[in-house]
Amino acid sequence: MTENVLTYMTFFPLAGMAAVLLLPSKSHNLIRWVAALFTVPPLLFAVWLYRNFDPANPGLQFVEKIPWIPAYNIDYFIGVDGVSISMVLLTALLCFLCIFASWGIEKGVKGYFALFLLLDTGMMGVFVALDFFLFYIFWELMLLPMYFLIGVWGGPRREYAAIKFFLYTLFGSVLMLLAILALYFSSEPHTFDMTKLIAQSGKYGTEPLTIWPFDQWRWGFQHIVWMALFIGFAIKIPAFPFHTWLPDAHVEAPTAISVILAGVLLKMGTYGILRVNFPMLPQATADLAYYFLGALGAWNIIYGALCAMAQKDLKKLVAYSSVSHMGYVMLGMATFTPQGISGAVLQMFNHGTITGMLFLLVGVIYDRAHHRDIDGFGGLAAVMPVYTGVTALAFFASMGLPGLSGFISEVLVLLGAWQKYPILSILGASGVVLTAGYFLWTIQRVYLGPTNEKYKTLPEINGRELFTLIPLGIIVIILGVYPHAILDLLRSSLDQINQIVIPHLS
Amino acid sequence: MDLGNFESLRFFYPETILTGTILLLVVLDLVLRSKKSLGYIAIVGCLISLWATLELYGTLGGWLFHRMVILDNFSLFFKVLSLLAALLVIWMSLDCLEIQGVHKGEYYTLLLTSALGMFFMASSSNLLMAYLSLELVSLTSYILTGSLPHNRRSSEAALKYLIYGGVASGAMIYGMSWVFGMTGSLDYARISEALLQGEVNRLGLFMAFVFILAGFGYKIVFVPFHMWSPDVYQGAPTPITAFLSVASNASGVAIMIRFFFPAISRLGEGGNWSYIPGVEWPHFLLFVSMVTMTLGNLCALNQQNVKRMLAYSGIAHAGYLLMGLVVLNNDGLRAMLFYVAVYLIMNLGAFLVVVIVANATGREDVEGYRGLAWRGAAIPAVCMAIFLFSLTGLPPFAGFVGKFFLFAAVIEAGGMFVLLAVVAILNSVISLYYYARIVKTMFLDFPQPDDPKVEMTVNSSALLGFLSCLTVLLGIYWGPLASYAGQSLRFFVR
Repeated sequence: MTENVLTYMTFFPLAGMAAVLLLPSKSHNLIRWVAALFTVPPLLFAVWLYRNFDPANPGLQFVEKIPWIPAYNIDYFIGVDGVSISMVLLTALLCFLCIFASWGIEKGVKGYFALFLLLDTGMMGVFVALDFFLFYIFWELMLLPMYFLIGVWGGPRREYAAIKFFLYTLFGSVLMLLAILALYFSSEPHTFDMTKLIAQSGKYGTEPLTIWPFDQWRWGFQHIVWMALFIGFAIKIPAFPFHTWLPDAHVEAPTAISVILAGVLLKMGTYGILRVNFPMLPQATADLAYYFLGALGAWNIIYGALCAMAQKDLKKLVAYSSVSHMGYVMLGMATFTPQGISGAVLQMFNHGTITGMLFLLVGVIYDRAHHRDIDGFGGLAAVMPVYTGVTALAFFASMGLPGLSGFISEVLVLLGAWQKYPILSILGASGVVLTAGYFLWTIQRVYLGPTNEKYKTLPEINGRELFTLIPLGIIVIILGVYPHAILDLLRSSLDQINQIVIPHLS
Repeated sequence: MDLGNFESLRFFYPETILTGTILLLVVLDLVLRSKKSLGYIAIVGCLISLWATLELYGTLGGWLFHRMVILDNFSLFFKVLSLLAALLVIWMSLDCLEIQGVHKGEYYTLLLTSALGMFFMASSSNLLMAYLSLELVSLTSYILTGSLPHNRRSSEAALKYLIYGGVASGAMIYGMSWVFGMTGSLDYARISEALLQGEVNRLGLFMAFVFILAGFGYKIVFVPFHMWSPDVYQGAPTPITAFLSVASNASGVAIMIRFFFPAISRLGEGGNWSYIPGVEWPHFLLFVSMVTMTLGNLCALNQQNVKRMLAYSGIAHAGYLLMGLVVLNNDGLRAMLFYVAVYLIMNLGAFLVVVIVANATGREDVEGYRGLAWRGAAIPAVCMAIFLFSLTGLPPFAGFVGKFFLFAAVIEAGGMFVLLAVVAILNSVISLYYYARIVKTMFLDFPQPDDPKVEMTVNSSALLGFLSCLTVLLGIYWGPLASYAGQSLRFFVR
């Protein structure tokens, strides 16, 4: 049982999808409970995984490898290391909670939960896949349910948002496909096995290419492949200027799907860069990280924060805050220092939990007031004190208040960045101020001040909603006090990745 | 083997069975009162012939009928495809309301005759035979296209098809006459020998190839010989459109590969082919491929009629297919064979849903699909989504694997072909937009109260289930089909 734990985690939701499809479509509650039931085992496995994972081992653990299509050296090859385990935990947790956050879905319940479980499998698969072909399959597998979940169950502009998300991501992933093929044909013997591709990382050409009309281009084969992969991942992050799908998709998606989008899908971009670009193309990473990860990351922080400040829609504000916070991840990764890079991965985890909370909280108020206009509320603290308390926790965590998890990761990132790129570090730090600005301003407008007469009778947050929020809140507080719970898992694997890249830095 | 007329018959029984079925249908059509059983008889005939074809697979290749026809794995692969296409299209036709008024006996006879012509297209080893088989397929297709009685669109389509087809085959036979004039033979092997000895006018040969390409191009539907396809696809009865889009396309690919590879190119080390120096048809086709896929996709963006949209998407797919041709190696050809096979499955599936929807609503425009998933037709809607996403090239569907092989072949060739790959991936993204538009209409839009319910018959549900399962299955486990395509690249060349 235990040696196949990752397979079970990945495919349990798929079995759940089959089960949901077999249920009669009228019995809504049954469908909901069955869907919830099928996300429990992955969560339990995740806990088991957390307890049995050996943090001292930088290599892959719980590996499974079965030949799939031997003629092309394609394997069913999965496993976790320090980088992916935190994402696997996050995915299992958020998927479980989001089933409960989706309880209010009334239209096409069967389809919704079936697609949700399919999405769960896709996400889990991306984080555990170690064969490039398998990775790509899972990566694309996520797109289809996401398109429908946004498109069918979303808000008023759902069609536009869904197709925009789909087109952007597909563009990125086909570029990635070309890069995968280029790597496949450069490896000897041809393989999609990520570990073997990493072992051959020195072989991918770096000598400048001669492409008409550039007779001596500074980029080699490795740089071009890096860039193709990077664009694919950057669209998911989303890095400026590929971020424009995000506010649309987030705002239109139903609450639970926004949580999944922000909590898990965005992480795939940075995870992919860390898993693929860094170890497989170290020379290009060393050459390009400053511009495309560091500087772009700092720009993401500032730009996202400024955009968030200008929003009138609460959900859009949270969406732009995601753009800003993912900037820290990029900046941290570009530093190649132990602090910066582990800060980046911790930020990925923390952003997943904190933004998950934020979207859930926006969903709570939207379900009651049926709008999200920041200026349309006022004095909610008096009407919904518990709700306001939880919101304050999430807001403070997101703006990086000491004692909460967001603080640790942002400080680690900025510490790492200070050693390498002081200017970017200063820019990043100023982003913290902007973040505090828009969150505090929002608290003031929505929760404080005179109570809006219209919302005097809003019901307080209910048990189900609290049930989805409290686990995340607890994690936010624990990681704020004891970040080693996650950091210990990451360290050795991240050191190993760092050691591959650092020799190439000039 | 170089067999004469009588010895050849031993290796000719798939064709014989098919011919027998055709004749039987003609006779039964006169005798039987109820035409319902004709379709089943045609299906049985196809199945027996299919079994015979599969039996022959792997036998030693050779010339039949005094070097008119070639027997090798390659031709058998395409024979299997044409039979499958004919079989599935007949199955699809059983419950199609659109062709109720069509004379069934003629319909099935012509369909099988067309399949027989495709057998010869795949296996001809002589320019004359190639021309005749292509004409056999074309002539039957013209009639089938125009077979809807009292339907202006159908008649118009048939006439357009006839005119374009006539011009294209005229150009082709003109090009063939040049080749004959320069090499003194119509036999592929002799042509090849003569070309190898050199001393032919390079420019003349290139021009001859371009003329011949007109004939092939009009079958495969690539630019600039594509103009007929949207009108014909829209006007023809839907099962026939499906048949044309997959089978006619596939046999065009077969005849083209046969002519351009074993006949006029040389197989070198590691499965790389080399063309006659100075006659740069691969470069020409590289350009054609890019233009074809781009034009097909751009034109498809704004189509309101689903059949017409699928016609333009077919043009785009012809462009993708050519990618496998221009890299001039066996990997590329194998990718083409694989792609033709999966394209057959997913495109027939898409047309089947068109038939199902048209049966219920009588509509073929995108608006007619409004809220399909919410008006009792969730299964056809889901299947249509599978076929369309497979056509886009998304995993885990078969179309992805097909595109994957094509991209792999192009990337492996490297150099300027990378540009082709980039154009192709941009096209994939464009194509998503119009495929997703139908998916959007089916799932994201909601039906109007007066939209009729869509119901399926047993026959079409079975076929739909079969095709969609195959599309998913081949997307997840495609090893066997890939190796079958690889084995089918055994040409008989001497």
